[in-house]
Amino acid sequence: MKHIQTLNGATLKASAAKGGCGECQTSCQSACKTSCTVANQKCENQ
Amino acid sequence: MVHTFKALGQYLAADVNSGAVHVLDAVSYDLLSRIEGPMEGDLPEELAAALPQHPREELAESWDELKSLQEAGLLFSTDSYLDPEAAMALPKAALVKALCLHVSHDCNLRCRYCFASTGDFGTGRKIMDFETAKKAIDWVVAKSGPRRNIEVDFFGGEPLMAMDTVKKTVAYARSLEEAHNKRFRFTITTNGILLNQENIDWINREMSNVVLSLDGRPSVNDAMRPTINGKGSYDVIVPKFQKLVATRGEKDYYLRGTFTRQNLDFAEDVFHIASLGFRHVSVEPASGDRDDPYAIREEDLPAVEAEYEKLAAGLIGRKDINFFHFNVDLSQGPCVIKRLRGCGAGCEYVAVTPDGDIYPCHQFVGKEEYRMGSVHDGSFDMAISDKFANQNIYTRPACRTCWARFYCSGGCSASNLLVNGDISLSNETACAMERKRLECAIAMKAISAGMGEAPAKPAENCEDCALCD
Repeated sequence: MKHIQTLNGATLKASAAKGGCGECQTSCQSACKTSCTVANQKCENQ
Repeated sequence: MVHTFKALGQYLAADVNSGAVHVLDAVSYDLLSRIEGPMEGDLPEELAAALPQHPREELAESWDELKSLQEAGLLFSTDSYLDPEAAMALPKAALVKALCLHVSHDCNLRCRYCFASTGDFGTGRKIMDFETAKKAIDWVVAKSGPRRNIEVDFFGGEPLMAMDTVKKTVAYARSLEEAHNKRFRFTITTNGILLNQENIDWINREMSNVVLSLDGRPSVNDAMRPTINGKGSYDVIVPKFQKLVATRGEKDYYLRGTFTRQNLDFAEDVFHIASLGFRHVSVEPASGDRDDPYAIREEDLPAVEAEYEKLAAGLIGRKDINFFHFNVDLSQGPCVIKRLRGCGAGCEYVAVTPDGDIYPCHQFVGKEEYRMGSVHDGSFDMAISDKFANQNIYTRPACRTCWARFYCSGGCSASNLLVNGDISLSNETACAMERKRLECAIAMKAISAGMGEAPAKPAENCEDCALCD
């Protein structure tokens, strides 16, 4: 494409199929304790 | 829903429901910013007329490219792959798998912004005894059901004031792992005052993660984090933190600071912490209600947003700093199920006080109406738990229309309660900061992938953005 570069594909959609095992870290436990970001958490199933 | 934005001199678009992210040129950015979607047919003439600064041929090319992305499911995608009703039911089945164990409701610092009333949460200065901690571990082993991974964060107050309880609790939890098919991961959050070689060695051996509290520059840290006697803590804690990290190896740690409306130039604090040899840094806004003298207010947002942009610009190309809130994994982060429901407070994650009382999270401790039960008698109020389990990006009104919902997962119930008196009503100031952090993080990804260019500085300094600072 001339005008657009795709940095990331439809990964959210793909993750719905295999997600939800619940083994991942609780987001608030990692560093923040006051402000929430989930997108930087690791998936235990990768 | 598509969010178009500019950050770090980049033109970007996030397709909310698919998770796709695109780097645009000026033509496609201006065009996409005016399209609500879904796109049909050829370039509408009124759109071309609204953008006279771009040649019609370029606009038509851009239109076709955008349309092909839509056809590939990478633009204007719907979230029809998720059934919101089913998604809302999911967390109700969630099991408790993470404890914030308040081993100490006492502290040897008197931090001015402390949400825990300088350590005791307004409930009196106490240390958790081992019997209570043991019951908390037994309780979470039982409540976690088939979940294997259990997290325990030793928190306070200052947990090193309860080191005897901490060590016995870790040994006890480890003794249960094999028989119950569990794996405990421990974190300790400390102000560092009581660190010595012995407990540094123990922490580096036993703790999966360590959170070390330091606000940044000496003047900033010491103004906010004085000792009981009113002296600064910086000179005491920094050498101890350096000693700990020097022997930490590859294990996780974070230097975790708080910025307030009194140091809106907090990027300097991040860079200062990094200059001390600490790679993993998290500096975050103070929490508080609308009248709190330290919490960030709506009127501070332009300065905070410019500072995040300045921080992000300064971090480009630097491998020696990992800033927690810019560390967004676009391609292999958590699954969408996780992203619906956020931190899990009150259902997957709870706090336990020195008396054994259970609260939805550490920030609710001391709010009697949110007391959920006790590890001593095994009580657990499912009505409160269900209320928290129902908090997700489909049930929080502000999240439904927010582009960042799958990145932040709905924000913080405690923050919402503090500011708006309702755990469901989003703290918009916190949301605005989160959105800016995410925009910066995505722009940094684009630049590091070689898709954009490092932000260009204007020939002469102006005051339009932070790039000249």
